[in-house]
Amino acid sequence: MIRLKVNGTPRTVTAPADMPLLWVLRDVLRLTGTKYGCGIGHCGACTVLIDGARANACLTTIGSLDGAEVTTIEGLGTPAAPHPVQAAWIDHQVAQCGYCQSGQIMAAMDLLAQRPDPTDQDIADFMWGNICRCGTYPRIRTAIRDAAARLRAETAE
Amino acid sequence: MSETGIGKAVKRKEDKRFITGKGKYTDDIRMENQAYAAFVRSPHAHARITGVDTAGASAMEGVIAVLTGAELAQDGIGNLICGWAVNSKDGSPMNMGPWPALAAERVRYVGDAVAVVIAETQAQARIAAEAVEVGYDELPAVARADKALAAGAPQVHDNAPGNLIYDWEIGDEAATDAALAASAHITAMALTNNRLSPNAMEPRAAIATYDAAEDHYTLYTTSQNPHVARLVLSAFYNVAPEHKLRVIAPDVGGGFGSKIYIYPEEIACLWASMKTERSVKWTAERSEAFMTDAHGRDHVTTAKMGFDKAGRITAFKVDTIANFGAYMSLFSSAVPTYLYATLLSGQYDIKNIHCNVRAVYTNTVPVDAYRGAGRPEACYVVERMIETAARELGLHPAELRRKNFITEFPHETPVIMTYDAGDFGGNLDKAMAAADVANFPARRAEAEARGKLRGIGYSSYIEACGIAPSAAVGSLGAGVGLWESAEVRVNPVGTVEVLTGAHSHGQGHETTFAQIVAERFGIPIENVSIVHGDTDKVQFGMGTYGSRSGAVGMSAIVRAMDKVEAKVKKIAAHALEASEDDIVIEGGEVKVAGTDRAMGWHEVGLAAYTAHNLPPDMEPGLKEGAFYDPVNFTFPAGTYICEVEVDPETGVTEIVQFTAADDFGTIINPMIVEGQVHGGVAQGIGQAMLEQVVYDEDGQLITGSYMDYSMPRAADLPFYTIEHNTTVCPNNPLGIKGCGEAGAIGAPPAVINAITDAIGSNDLAMPATPMAVWQALQAARPAVAAE
Repeated sequence: MIRLKVNGTPRTVTAPADMPLLWVLRDVLRLTGTKYGCGIGHCGACTVLIDGARANACLTTIGSLDGAEVTTIEGLGTPAAPHPVQAAWIDHQVAQCGYCQSGQIMAAMDLLAQRPDPTDQDIADFMWGNICRCGTYPRIRTAIRDAAARLRAETAE
Repeated sequence: MSETGIGKAVKRKEDKRFITGKGKYTDDIRMENQAYAAFVRSPHAHARITGVDTAGASAMEGVIAVLTGAELAQDGIGNLICGWAVNSKDGSPMNMGPWPALAAERVRYVGDAVAVVIAETQAQARIAAEAVEVGYDELPAVARADKALAAGAPQVHDNAPGNLIYDWEIGDEAATDAALAASAHITAMALTNNRLSPNAMEPRAAIATYDAAEDHYTLYTTSQNPHVARLVLSAFYNVAPEHKLRVIAPDVGGGFGSKIYIYPEEIACLWASMKTERSVKWTAERSEAFMTDAHGRDHVTTAKMGFDKAGRITAFKVDTIANFGAYMSLFSSAVPTYLYATLLSGQYDIKNIHCNVRAVYTNTVPVDAYRGAGRPEACYVVERMIETAARELGLHPAELRRKNFITEFPHETPVIMTYDAGDFGGNLDKAMAAADVANFPARRAEAEARGKLRGIGYSSYIEACGIAPSAAVGSLGAGVGLWESAEVRVNPVGTVEVLTGAHSHGQGHETTFAQIVAERFGIPIENVSIVHGDTDKVQFGMGTYGSRSGAVGMSAIVRAMDKVEAKVKKIAAHALEASEDDIVIEGGEVKVAGTDRAMGWHEVGLAAYTAHNLPPDMEPGLKEGAFYDPVNFTFPAGTYICEVEVDPETGVTEIVQFTAADDFGTIINPMIVEGQVHGGVAQGIGQAMLEQVVYDEDGQLITGSYMDYSMPRAADLPFYTIEHNTTVCPNNPLGIKGCGEAGAIGAPPAVINAITDAIGSNDLAMPATPMAVWQALQAARPAVAAE
């Protein structure tokens, strides 16, 4: 039995210790916003935050997460009240098919926590692990820079 | 014009759910009591099956059933088919070999499904699939198309001697040969179009449910065209009758062509759901996607282009071998014929063109349409040839293009297309201005000072979209018509639902389709919803591929709106005691022109349904349908200019500037269109510089994961400069040409033309990896004496 926090809520998970977090989220906790893309940590579709740092949920076993705090896309904003990063994503019309975007946004969350004002090169380097086959990378860059400005403005307030 | 109408960058309606993790993709759906499928797949490229022992697997924990190809055949499940009949030039029909959903006798590629295990959990199904013992008698295999045609090559199908599916031609060979012979200059090239894996980020998935009480099936699946899936599943595979099968394609995470086709797994899941009376779910692993999703491209071509003394193209002769893989996938036969050879005139006025295409079987996964489908291959041949010719003739590549551009429309090419509108010179001008071509020499010199080789490359692409006029494609062998349908329902409160046969898997139809309705009826865009992807809700439609949803799908909506408008005017004229000709629809009101007499849009809706005061003999209700059949293809065209810098020490190439000037006809939502260009160009750059499916000589797939198959990532792609030069398509009501595939078509030759310009060697194949570029540089350099 593993105790952890998911999106701020304490959860107790009964699952084999070697079960990847991705399947705990999707199949056990029914949080399907986190996506399967490759299962070997090469596409980033399953990116979540573990104690604030991005991680591939497909490579992280649930057994390693006792006491951890996991944030998924469902833990940011809602359709009615999106998080500033999500709002930037919507305003810049980043998504096309949408499938990889949960992972892109979660990776961007970590980037922005580390670098409140990232350069294009910072973004390209940091976002290397997230594939988008629709080719939305230019908009992701733009949205991250806009989100950074929104978050800095919030902090300044 | 309203803020949400045609031409406005309306924010996408679908994004709120996608961006908050609330999208509903097939694998996100869970049925009560669902079981899981795992497939037993061939590890061999070619083998005879000597036996399938399911006893051990059947006895394992959680296993519900282990089903084999023999049982599939016993139950009368039909073979997979190719839906487009292409005859050889001698009139003989194409040689289509049998493709059972589960192989019973022979496997023909690595990944070919042999059996399926149904179990309580996904893990149990996969573990049990490993325990199914299949006896194989290995056979020699062939993976490359040119080798498949060699004497003595292993035979993939008994009914395709020499592995030849068809030997097809278009154009006048004798006239082309004569014109070539009389040419002042001939440019000759051998060109390979590299094999690609589509790699939608959402893997294919299916959930099939059989309801024994109703004898009814429901299939959730990752499809670009759910109605076509239902038709083929019922009419050819005999899985379920069409009226007893509901196919739902919910949110679909990218398709790029690969989700057009009906694959063995959906058939097997439906069949297994009936056998087990359980919902059966299957989601591809990424390695399964690499092994079993239809690949794209894989052409080997030789070509000759003749020029007169003035630099005018006199003749173009092309010979292409197309690798179809182990079986003929649904659209495969049309790709290197009617989607490829018919575009070989490019943007140029060429009097004589001949193209011969041989389609061949190999022991590889089937090849079918992938973003662009035949048109990228055609564009690559044409635009590599003309750029090379310009270098050989000592002309600026823009000048040679300009000498040969088609300038009058309509223009009939020797390869059966009639271009309806365009401004090819204008596209080129716009691209050159935006790319600041005038100052390229200075940029090159500056790069040289830094030790970098800077090059510039052009590509003036054309494509045929708006697929397609039904009678025309029928005469060419298509098994279906390629119209589109729409139903526009005005509800009693005036809100509108549009049921479309098109399917959105990233294109933003919920937004753009609503825009044209909001504009036409002057109602808020929030009051319009788009319904698609469910055969129980939506009338038969043909789905989304070939950049057709704007030109064909939206045209159907316009036709249905025409009918709605006509009825609205009759209702209002009757109620307002005016002539129908005086009624106008404006700003959410239905008015008598020039007076203050008006009804609200919602009041007309209500009047239609209360039916208290309708004109005599008018039926109640307000919903109209239309089936729109296009009269011609549409012809998006443009010029792309790519600028690169190559590090001569390493071969590492950076795209430093990429400029696109496109003519897509009318643009409904510029942000969505720009996103489509971003995506198409990203895939084009991926093909040009990164991507390559590799099979070894024995047909083993070498590139089976993201560790071996290089996908374009954030740092691989530049910012783009995107320009539009619009000429309206004269053949559909909105003047739309289509935009979904242009980038993937136009980008590869622009990139390779730029790199070859930078390195001063034309001997470079895609993908231009650092090693390939470095090797080309070394080969081109004069030998340096050893120190």
